[in-house]
Order: sequence, then C-alpha cells, then structure tokens
Amino acid sequence: MSATRIGREIKGPTALGDDPRRLWRLAYTLASTDFKLKFFGSVLGYLWQLMNPLMVFGVLFVVFSLALRLDTGVKYFPVALLLGIVLFSFVNEATTQGVRSLVMRESLVRKVDFPRLAVPMASVMTAVFNLGLNLVPVLIFLLASGARPRLSWLVVPVVLAALVLFAFGTTMVLSIAFVRFRDIEPIWTVVLQVMFYSSGVFFTFDTIAEQDNGQVLIDILLCNPFAAILAWMRHVFVDPSWQAPWEAASSPWLMAVPAGLVLVALIGGFLLFRAQAPRVAEEL
Amino acid sequence: MTDPAAAAIVVDGVSKRFRIPQEQVHTLKERVLHPLRRPGYERLQALSDVSFDVAKGEFFGIVGRNGSGKSTLLKCMAGIYKIDAGRMFVDGRVSAFIELGVGFNMDLPARDNIIINATMLGLTRREARSRVDAVLDFAELREFADLRLKNYSSGMLVRLAFSVMIQVDADVVLIDEVLAVGDAAFQQKCYDEFNRLRREGRTVVLVTHDMGAVERFCDRAMLLERGRVVEIGEPRSVSMNYLQMNFARREQDAEEERNAREEQAITASGGLPTNPGELRAGDGRAEIVGGWFRDADGQEVSVLESGTRCSFHMHVRFHADVSDPVFAFSLRNSRDERIVVCSSERQLRGESFAAGDEVVVSFFFDNLLAPDRYGVSATVARSGSGEAWLDNRERFRTVLVSSTSPSGGAVELPFEVALQRDIAGEQAEAEATS
Repeated sequence: MSATRIGREIKGPTALGDDPRRLWRLAYTLASTDFKLKFFGSVLGYLWQLMNPLMVFGVLFVVFSLALRLDTGVKYFPVALLLGIVLFSFVNEATTQGVRSLVMRESLVRKVDFPRLAVPMASVMTAVFNLGLNLVPVLIFLLASGARPRLSWLVVPVVLAALVLFAFGTTMVLSIAFVRFRDIEPIWTVVLQVMFYSSGVFFTFDTIAEQDNGQVLIDILLCNPFAAILAWMRHVFVDPSWQAPWEAASSPWLMAVPAGLVLVALIGGFLLFRAQAPRVAEEL
Repeated sequence: MTDPAAAAIVVDGVSKRFRIPQEQVHTLKERVLHPLRRPGYERLQALSDVSFDVAKGEFFGIVGRNGSGKSTLLKCMAGIYKIDAGRMFVDGRVSAFIELGVGFNMDLPARDNIIINATMLGLTRREARSRVDAVLDFAELREFADLRLKNYSSGMLVRLAFSVMIQVDADVVLIDEVLAVGDAAFQQKCYDEFNRLRREGRTVVLVTHDMGAVERFCDRAMLLERGRVVEIGEPRSVSMNYLQMNFARREQDAEEERNAREEQAITASGGLPTNPGELRAGDGRAEIVGGWFRDADGQEVSVLESGTRCSFHMHVRFHADVSDPVFAFSLRNSRDERIVVCSSERQLRGESFAAGDEVVVSFFFDNLLAPDRYGVSATVARSGSGEAWLDNRERFRTVLVSSTSPSGGAVELPFEVALQRDIAGEQAEAEATS
C-alpha cells in the first residue's frame, strides 16, 4: 500500500521540535515553576536562597583570609572569593539538577510529545535565575569595598554567557548519559569536588607560581574551562590586578584549550542529545 | 478505505519494536570494565505493519486486550515514540491525552497548574492564561482556584485535568482511556464533551476497553491483537469480535485447567449458519437453531400487537454437556437502542442438558412496546456471565410491533387516569386530621 500524503508526517520526538519558540516556552515554564516552588510560601525565600553561598563564603573567608592569610596583597579578596563561590554554585546547581532531569521528569517525557531538550535546558535556566539573584550581593559587596564601575564590566555578560554555555553543554551530555548509566551521578559529584578545589575559587594563581613547577601546574589548572572563566570574570569584574587567564598561563595560546572544551561540550553535547532524544522515552 | 483527500490521519505499515534490557541497571563502570560485552536485549514487537486511516470528523476507536499494542500505537501517533518502520501523516493540530494532569505540581495552586499543563499540551502562555477561567468553570472548581493541588480530592484533580485537556483546541484529538476515572456524573460530562467534539467535526481517536463507549461514540473501530490489526469496521462488529476474543481466551485458560478431562468436540461457531445482518459468536457448545414469536392464541406471528400478551420461543440444540446455562433474548429498536432484555437467570435455575438435547425455551410477556421494527437477539451463555457465550445470535431476525393508537413514547405503558374535583374539601380534611 502506498502512503497517502496529507498534512505533515509524524516523525517522533526530537531534541528541538519543529518550533523553537515552543522549546523556549516549555523550558521557561518548567524553570519558572521550579523557581517559584523554591520560594513559594516562604517569606524569607530570597534570603534562604542567598544563605548557602554566603555560609560557604563565611567559612572559607575565616579559614583562608583570617587564619591562613592567603589574601595578602590581593585587592578585594573577600569579593573575589564570594564571586568564585557564586559562580561555582551555578555550575554545581545546573549540572547536578541537570544530570537527573530527564529521569525526574519521566512522566512528562513518556506521556507528552515535546522537544526533549527543554528538560535539561530548564535545569540550566533555573540555575541562571538563581545566579542572577546571587550576583546582586556580589555587586553590593564590591561597591561597598570601594570598587567603582569600569568599562570592562561590559565584558561581564560575555563571560557569563561562556559560563552558561559551558554548563549547558555539560548538562546535555550528563542528562542523556544518566538515562543509560546511572553511576554518572556519583562520578560527576566527584568531578565537581575536584573542580571546586582546583579552579582557584579560594586562592590566587600567584601563590602557586612561586613554587617549583608552579607554572606547569597553573597551565594545567587553567585548561579547566571553569577555572579560566572564573579568572576572566575576576579580571574584568573585580579588579584588573586579578590576573586574566591568558596572563596567568605561560602562553595566551593555551586559552585555546578551555575555549575548545566549552565548544566540545556544547556541540558534542548537542549532537549526543539529538541522537538519543528520539528513543529517550522508551529507555527511561 | 476512506477518501484520501478527507483523511485526517494516515497510518501506513507502522511497526514498533522495544528493546528490553535483560539486566535492569547499566553502569558506566560495567561498560568500562567490560568494553566488549554488549548488554543483552530482548526484543518485543509491539506493533507490526499497522495500517489504517481516519477520516476528518470521524470518531475512531482502537480496542484490544492489555498488551495488544493499542497504547503504544497512540503514543507513536502522538509523536512520543519513534516508529521503526512505516510512515504516519496527520492533517491539523494534534493533541494527545495519554494521561490526565501531566506535569501537575501538587505544591502549586490550580491556577498555576492549568497554565503549566496547557503549556505542556502545546498552548502559548497567553493562550493558556486566557483559558484559565473557562477551565475552572468547566471543572466547577472556581472557588478552589487558589487552593494547592495537594489539598484537592482525587475526583477534583481528575476534573481539573480533564477540563484543561478539553479546552485545548485541536483538530485531531488522541485519547487514551482517561475515562476510567471519575464519578458517574463526571463521566457523563466527559461523554457529553465527546459528543460536542463530534458535533464540531473534530477527529477523535479513542483507545479504550469500554465497548459501551465504542458502540456509543465511534463511527468505526479497530481491533488490535499482539500488535496486528485484526479487524477495522463497524463498532458493533469490532466489539463483538473483541468480547469473543476475550472470552475465547478465558475459555482456553479454563480448558487447560481442566486438562482435557472431559474433552468434547466443540463445533466452531463459524460453521453455524447466519442470516444477513446477523452477528454470531459463541463457543459452539450450544446452538440456537431458531426463534419465533406467538400471539395470545399461540399462533406464530411476525407482527406483534401492542398491548397484548405475546411470547418468544427459542429452539436450542446442545452439542456438549452443559449445566445451568442462561437463556436470554433482547430487542433493539430502529435507533439501535436496547429496549428489552429478558433472561432466564432468575426463573430457570440449575437445569442441566446433555449433548444432543434439543429444547425450546419460551418467554411470555405483556407487549408494552411502541410500534417500530425491532432487531431480535438471542443468546445462550454460561451462568453468571453475560459474555461467556455458548451461542449468541445478534439481530438474527426482526419483528414488527403495531399499535392501533400509538402514544409516541418509547413504551406503551398501561395506565389509568383519575380525576378529583373537591380538592379544597380534602385539604381541609387532611389539615383537620393532622
């Protein structure tokens, strides 16, 4: 029997769907619902949201600034520390929520036809909302510490975009991999730990540079996109005395590695997700 | 086959296979440690070469037993599963209701959930927001709009979910047994909505177990079994086929239990003669040879006078030993509404019959029927079940009912009229006694 062509063909689920606006709308709806739920019924909701990074900040500040005196000779160390914590919280939140996202929204994935990418996208979007909130106290601290707006702040959105894209790419890989391999989650938790301690959230690269083979170590650490982005952000946002990653590295060309990794995560993540999306409903 | 130009859905040779992993959980660790060991899969052929099309404005039923692939088919049509072979086309906007209340969040009030759910089903946020009131009104939950869903009763949840789904405008609506829930009043409302969808010329595909709904709503129906199309056609014929198939399996199971202790040659009902327009089903252990009507004088007639005493007689031949069967006959009017069902269940108990017995069962009744042409069905069934047929001859003949002075109602109820004039006096009397 030859098919009679009418209307449009039903091709099954895809990552993007036919209508990019629908993808965006769905991701936004999912994200804003999560966001709303977090603050729902809690008067101090916003304060609670700030509490976590501020507490981590308090502990690290006491340990590294007051006790170990790692901050000698660095301008605005507390603000830079808080900024590092806030940015890391974002990556942490986006990816740990993202890794389970498809499985957590199983009923949705199995019962409704919608662009599959909306699910990990929503996880990242929720984290972006929180990042926006968390950056407000960073700005207040910075201005209170005596820093004044600079022209380089115009670059801040670009840096943040790089960070979000990195997190999104990683989340796409993790979420789709988690459907098949359930041990991805504990593995990723360990990776995040390593990332937290190795990317200079609470130290400056100058302190390492003075040691033997310090420069080699710095070069290695800066291959991590998060470390590079954090250093870049501090350079443009906090104070120019914070070394940009290309200044800290032995050669500016080394920055091709973290930049490349962001692109690999983004493109590779998307291709992987797109390939798996049609079957994800049956594999959950 | 319908006219291709007027088709809303075309499904052509669709097959779907599931891979069921033999081990439940796969880990990356396993994969890394044993890179060459491929995880084992079992293949489950859920659909094989399913083809059909649905005309615009048609109400199409998909029936089948559990695991027959009907829900999988619906999910494929809804674009949730990717098909392995074949092609599907659809004309117009599709809305699929696989489950009620997808994406409902118990911690949010109804208002927010309506918007979320409607967005999931394909509306824009603005469209969703403009429909909130209509949804609440339909669900009769307006005063609970700001109540969190976790404080809703399950009935209220179902009402809300159904209301959202019904407010989503779509040309093609795919529905999967959502009506299995809700109280009788709400089910009636759902049926009314189905009727509305029909009237508005929407195309509806309904997956269900409820043969009543199939016969009531569907223009055509399809029976699936093990992922294959068994029959596409008239709802009555399909639902008969479904019931028979269900029954045949139950019978088969019972047979295996008895372990061929009393093997009897069972004549297949397919070999029995049928009249044009008749549907026949049963396991062949009994055979309804014929049925006829008699008037009050015992004269065989084909026209029954309304308001007189009449009788129906069925001639049954047994091909196996049968104990305690139930004989019944029913009449359907020209609008296919079942008007009368008479069963021997209460009045003829514990009778046993041996293979080869031939009997006549008679039903005597006062004919209260309105004048019409009635389709006559007769059945012999196992006791306690209306479906376990030994033989069932659906509409095997017709009978005319005539009346000298038809009232216009569905029955000619005998009644008396009385008149009282002195109402005031009686009221006074009643007050005096109380």
